[in-house]
Amino acid sequence: MSMRAQRRREFLATLGAGAVVGLAGCASMRGLEADGTAEASSSGEEAGVAGETLTLTTTTSTYDTGLLDELNAPFGAMYGVTVDAVAQGTGAALETARAGDSDVVMVHARSLEDEFMQNGYGVNRRDLMFNDFVIVGPRADPAGIEGMESATEAFAAVADSGATFFSRGDNSGTYTKELALWDAATIDPGGEWYLETGQGMGSVLTMATQQDGYTLADRGTYLSMKADIDLTILVQGPIEGGPELLSNPYGVIAVNPAVHDTVNYDLAMAYIGYLTSPAAQKTIENYEVNGEQLFYPEALSADPNFQQYVPDGWRPSGSED
Amino acid sequence: MAALTSTLPLLLEFPFETLYVTSIIRVSLYVSIIAVVVSTLVSLPVAFVMGFTEFRGKQFFTSVINTGMGFPSVVVGLLVLLLLSNQGPLGGLDLVFTKEAMIMSQFVLATPPITAISLASITSVETRVRDAGHVLGGTKIDVALLTLKEARNGIATAILAGFGRAISEIGSVLIVGGNIAGADGVSRTRTLTTAIRLEARQGRYDTAIVLGAVLIVLVLVVNGIVIRLGGQEGLR
Repeated sequence: MSMRAQRRREFLATLGAGAVVGLAGCASMRGLEADGTAEASSSGEEAGVAGETLTLTTTTSTYDTGLLDELNAPFGAMYGVTVDAVAQGTGAALETARAGDSDVVMVHARSLEDEFMQNGYGVNRRDLMFNDFVIVGPRADPAGIEGMESATEAFAAVADSGATFFSRGDNSGTYTKELALWDAATIDPGGEWYLETGQGMGSVLTMATQQDGYTLADRGTYLSMKADIDLTILVQGPIEGGPELLSNPYGVIAVNPAVHDTVNYDLAMAYIGYLTSPAAQKTIENYEVNGEQLFYPEALSADPNFQQYVPDGWRPSGSED
Repeated sequence: MAALTSTLPLLLEFPFETLYVTSIIRVSLYVSIIAVVVSTLVSLPVAFVMGFTEFRGKQFFTSVINTGMGFPSVVVGLLVLLLLSNQGPLGGLDLVFTKEAMIMSQFVLATPPITAISLASITSVETRVRDAGHVLGGTKIDVALLTLKEARNGIATAILAGFGRAISEIGSVLIVGGNIAGADGVSRTRTLTTAIRLEARQGRYDTAIVLGAVLIVLVLVVNGIVIRLGGQEGLR
């Protein structure tokens, strides 16, 4: 009995120690956070936003390429704030913003952005940067699309050959573009060869590698993962002289504070201002993975521009028809 | 697989920023421990009341709790998100993408196993103790205290089982937490499970496996404790 009690006591002591370690971890984490805030408020009192948090919902491509950390670290330091970046995919990022659960979105599907703006959820959209989409596939290229000048013809050739095509199938910017391409090729994709994965770009590239399939990828994610996958670019995007249809522009949009009064609009606008500043645009231009530039800045132009961003087909109310 | 053979040296090199990994482990432990503590505070009284009283619908209530043990975490995450979203009933608390939201969803996940296993151990002890206690002429309170004492190993097992469920789930913390790490490499709502998914998404299976090993060690420690405990009193 005393032996057992002894062992139990030991056990409880272990448990207690575990709890102490765990709680100490929490306490020091609290400490870290407190320190961070203290520092921020002492260095950035004039900013008036110090210590606040900006919630950014964005696409997996900006996050997975590592660009976002590169951009957000200086912004956080500049204003003494933290940026909570949630990588979701364009559709989900806009949906989260629509619910008022994020302050700013950075996405890449103009049609979805237009809808978001038209419905009044977003304000002050700015063009941020661009890269392009590429059609990638196995080196053997069973559908014979290598070097095609037309993305729609390439898609048609893949569909005809019955070679496996991996689709994001996830309401992302890339998926939106893919559907637009099938539409332009007047093909209704489906059947054995067409696989909707519902996964992020990285997963899809990995799956396509393992199963010798084709897919549509943004150049940034493709380049940043090139070392880990065995796919080659078969149809280039406009950056390398390919069709304009494969362009991939990124925009940044503040959530409308008149719709959701809980959003941090001031900080969202500060963030948009920062992203479109010469310094951040330079960061985008200089950002390289494996020696290759992933994104091209698009926010700055010396040409006069008197017009805010207007979604396609928008007419001011009162001028219907 | 190449990823597997290249993992062993990686385990020795540990290809991560120390701060990144320790902050992820801290978030994982912080969220799961608090969720389990709160969950225990709720579960034990429920288990005691159910173990000591007879009431109509007890059978039904028990089966509801048992069903809860298998409740899919991704559904819990979705429901908590809808609850906490700016448009939801608790939107004013502004808790989406925070550790508190993750604690809430893990609380929901950990409570059924803790309640069910505690109840099972209390019930099994009670039968024996009630007989012995009554034979020896003890009062109702004596019997209750004796039960608590006898069931404490089973209750500890229940708490650890809840912890195991909490720390190893990904579905809900990914949805309500958002897998956020700062640009400074410090995790805010990124746990071991969501970090593993992120690495796998980017095709970095080797680093994903290293993080997986860390998680497995944590869970093994917990399970080791459970097994040691089970060896003494057993789970009935």
